Amino acid sequence: MSDQNDPMAEIRASFFIECEELLEALQDGLQEMEEAEDGSEDPETINVVFRAVHSIKGGAGAFGLEALVRFAHRYETVLDEVRNGVLHPDSDAMKLFFLAADHLSDLVRACRDETPLPEETSEELLTRLDALLGDEGGAEEVAPEDFQPMGLSLGLDLPDLDAPTANHFTIRFKPEQELFATGNEPLMLLRNLCDLGTSSVRCNLADLPALEDLAPETPYIEWLIELETEAAEPEIRDVFEFVDGLCEIEITGAAPEQGPTEIAPLPEELSKALPEEAEPEAALPETLEPQVAPPPTTAGKSEERESAKDTGEARKGGAAAAKSVVRVDLERIERLVNLVGELVINQAMLSQSLDEAGLSPHSDAMNGLEEFQRLTRDIQDSVMMIRAQPVKSLFQRMSRIVREASAAVDKDVRLITEGEGTEVDKTVIERLSDPLTHMIRNAVDHGLEGAADREKAGKPRAGTVKLTAAHRSGRVIIEVADDGAGINRKRVQEIAVSKGLIPPEIQLSDSEIDNLLFLPGFSTAKTVSNLSGRGVGMDVVKTAIQSLGGRITINSEPNKGTTFSISLPLTLAVLDGMVVNVAGETLVLPLNVVVETLSLGPDDVQMLRPGHYVVRVRGGFVPLYDLGVMLGYRQQRKTEAGAIVLLIVLEDSTRAALVIDGIQDQRQVVIKGLDDSFYRAPGIAAATILGDGQIALILDPADVIAGMGHMRGADLMLSERMIANE
Amino acid sequence: MSMKVLAVDDSRTMRDMIRMALMPAGIEVHLAEDGVHGIEVLDGLSPDAIITDINMPRMDGFGFIDAVRDQEEHRATPILVLTTESAPELKMRAREAGATGWIVKPFDPAKLVKALQMVAG
Amino acid sequence: MSEQGQNNDLELLTFRVADQEYSLDIMSVREIRGWTRTTPMPHAPDYMRGVINLRGTVLPVMDLARRLHLPSQETNDRNVIIVVNLNGTLTGLLVDAVSDIVAITEDDLQLPPDMSTDPQMSVVRSLTVIDDRMIRVLDLRAVVPAASDEVA
Repeated sequence: MSDQNDPMAEIRASFFIECEELLEALQDGLQEMEEAEDGSEDPETINVVFRAVHSIKGGAGAFGLEALVRFAHRYETVLDEVRNGVLHPDSDAMKLFFLAADHLSDLVRACRDETPLPEETSEELLTRLDALLGDEGGAEEVAPEDFQPMGLSLGLDLPDLDAPTANHFTIRFKPEQELFATGNEPLMLLRNLCDLGTSSVRCNLADLPALEDLAPETPYIEWLIELETEAAEPEIRDVFEFVDGLCEIEITGAAPEQGPTEIAPLPEELSKALPEEAEPEAALPETLEPQVAPPPTTAGKSEERESAKDTGEARKGGAAAAKSVVRVDLERIERLVNLVGELVINQAMLSQSLDEAGLSPHSDAMNGLEEFQRLTRDIQDSVMMIRAQPVKSLFQRMSRIVREASAAVDKDVRLITEGEGTEVDKTVIERLSDPLTHMIRNAVDHGLEGAADREKAGKPRAGTVKLTAAHRSGRVIIEVADDGAGINRKRVQEIAVSKGLIPPEIQLSDSEIDNLLFLPGFSTAKTVSNLSGRGVGMDVVKTAIQSLGGRITINSEPNKGTTFSISLPLTLAVLDGMVVNVAGETLVLPLNVVVETLSLGPDDVQMLRPGHYVVRVRGGFVPLYDLGVMLGYRQQRKTEAGAIVLLIVLEDSTRAALVIDGIQDQRQVVIKGLDDSFYRAPGIAAATILGDGQIALILDPADVIAGMGHMRGADLMLSERMIANE
Repeated sequence: MSMKVLAVDDSRTMRDMIRMALMPAGIEVHLAEDGVHGIEVLDGLSPDAIITDINMPRMDGFGFIDAVRDQEEHRATPILVLTTESAPELKMRAREAGATGWIVKPFDPAKLVKALQMVAG
Repeated sequence: MSEQGQNNDLELLTFRVADQEYSLDIMSVREIRGWTRTTPMPHAPDYMRGVINLRGTVLPVMDLARRLHLPSQETNDRNVIIVVNLNGTLTGLLVDAVSDIVAITEDDLQLPPDMSTDPQMSVVRSLTVIDDRMIRVLDLRAVVPAASDEVA
């Protein structure tokens, strides 16, 4: 966190946040430009792109981030040519623009984190960017005086009026009409001049016509200023910087040794020309003060006015930018989320004790409780919404991954994204980045065929990777789909056998084979390429997704492609759960996996082989597990008729029946992470605190079932299928 | 001195910087995000000077200056253009639109204050 | 963070585990709680007693006797959980009873004899003698395994 008391540090931090927004706009704009290659794009698009780079440069300059300024400046120069219609980027140029945008984002982050800058890449990209400009001004550098790093020293650097003067100047100044059109004011200029030292001012009204000939907008007056000053001529020129070309200006004389009070006589003809009415000498600035000073306002009033205006600005700003945004420290939100979690637990405890007190459901207390529950839920939803963010930033990062990955394996790949506006918990987004990166790389590297193979298969040479996000029944579904060759199941099975992951003789369904990809120790890369094969397999992806309370499934069709679907909870903080009793312990199952509760009949259970049971569910068979045994809470025992069984269906359509001892409740529970524990239990996703203050573990049913061991997992798949074929 | 300034810039960082530079000098700062917003904020405000960026969405600096100069009461209000370009043609374009002067970004706070004092007292 | 004060002073929290006396640097102790029922974790090593609710967060609790391969006693109301902070992570240590807080200097500490084969001694950082009683000073980092060590 930056020092709260240092406003520069705050602005700096805010600059980097703004940079992220600008980089996002840049990406969007480039994407639009690319999609409308025939020039059908909105002309505003290139302006947005240009402005994004331009604004980054501007801010970077203010903080003396020279490398960033340098790169942004030359990138911007090229974009400016596009904006002016001089340069029409072809698809190679567009690719370069994307690379430059990626690099700009690297530079921004390196500057932000004060890590070493990737200067070599800068050089290479700049050379390529400059090449787009052709002959003219390719290697244009930023004028050094424009971009000097500077700190904010807030002292006023005004000339010291008491300093001894050394130079004497005579300045002739005749405003032209245009000077007035630009809001410049001769009196201000004279005053500024006089501020440089001791002066006397005369005006020459010789050109003033007779009244009937006077054009009201035409200036006729010429000023003559005698100035004793420490300043040198350039400083005097500076005073007239803004009106250069809008007036006649003549500066003469530099007489260092003359006394400060001695004023050189006016040229004779001017003296003669001065009319009687004109005040020959005006002591500035005193005389002019009343004319130029802003109307006096009391301090209090002006403050009032400012604050009123501030809120006005905020409101108008909001309207202008469509959405009004407040930036809040994430820690504060975390705190709020935790407090709301406490509130939910507290409410559960309260309702439990009211329940035990045996109050009538129509009593005031119970009615009040109901209202309390509703409010708690609303607060909870609202708080969760604060943490929700569109997946757009994540998707943008992925478009970069696609570019890099496709370049590394020399494939032409097009990324299509859908549902960028889908909102997901911020933490989920952050923690999705790594697994998604890996999946995208996999899709580019393994999923898509090379251009030649694609042509043979009658597909376009360029492969497509589609990244989509959508809300579906209270969860977020994120899909990575490629239009490649599909999973080579024969090969996958061979590898699994060769690695001892499955027995050689086993017959597996397509979906079972596909799921082998998720087994630890599996890697399909024939050669270790630049991208995948880093020892990170899909099992790591699966674990990462599961740790977010999510599921991942595969769907692959030969020659059509492969789709990985990730299903995630909207938030990490709450869960709709079923609270059950098993072997004296209270456990919570995610409600969305439970499809049915059954009471076992006398002939429902059949033994497949010792220790392996199946249960008949409406004509089909489903493997039966005693949850207490699976969790190591009790020994295997014969499942009696009348036992309560939960039928669950996982995301990958795996079905299982879990024997439990009783159902307590169905309700929302607050998820408490177990990440900090020295022990991570298989099959346990998290924990929650019950109404009585006790902790209940939240199960990950897929992990519980898979947790019986990899071989057992394959075994189970087999038995499940055998039963299904029965 | 109680000078009142309207600053128009689409970059939040720049707006922050301008505010930071001017407030310690006792200047009352009003901010706007682009030309259109600037015109809205200007309504009812009689600033002693206006600072504006050039490259902005919706209405750029040139358009904004034009629109300001179209209003009788702001015909003579000094307008300083904030620009990263020191290119002469940009200054000329700004001037044609009616800008009083220009500040090249990144600006030194003292310079900005001084420039304001030069054009607006 | 320094483990000792300015004058090499060290405060130890001493406690009993299976009738032996152990101690921990008091700087690593966050609080001491009475025994409450733990929620057992499935398939956990025997020294993992489970988790308890520590003011809204889930606190893993380790049975120190089992961790030190000492005979574990029946838990009763006199048992306490010492909540320790190791690199920002809180862990509860179930012990028989807390005895005392003693101030010693670094000089009072002796390196334990090399008994690397003794699993109990691998977590003992040093020994000290107080009132003729030998007290083992535990090395918390060795006692509490990192979560990654345990991932099967």
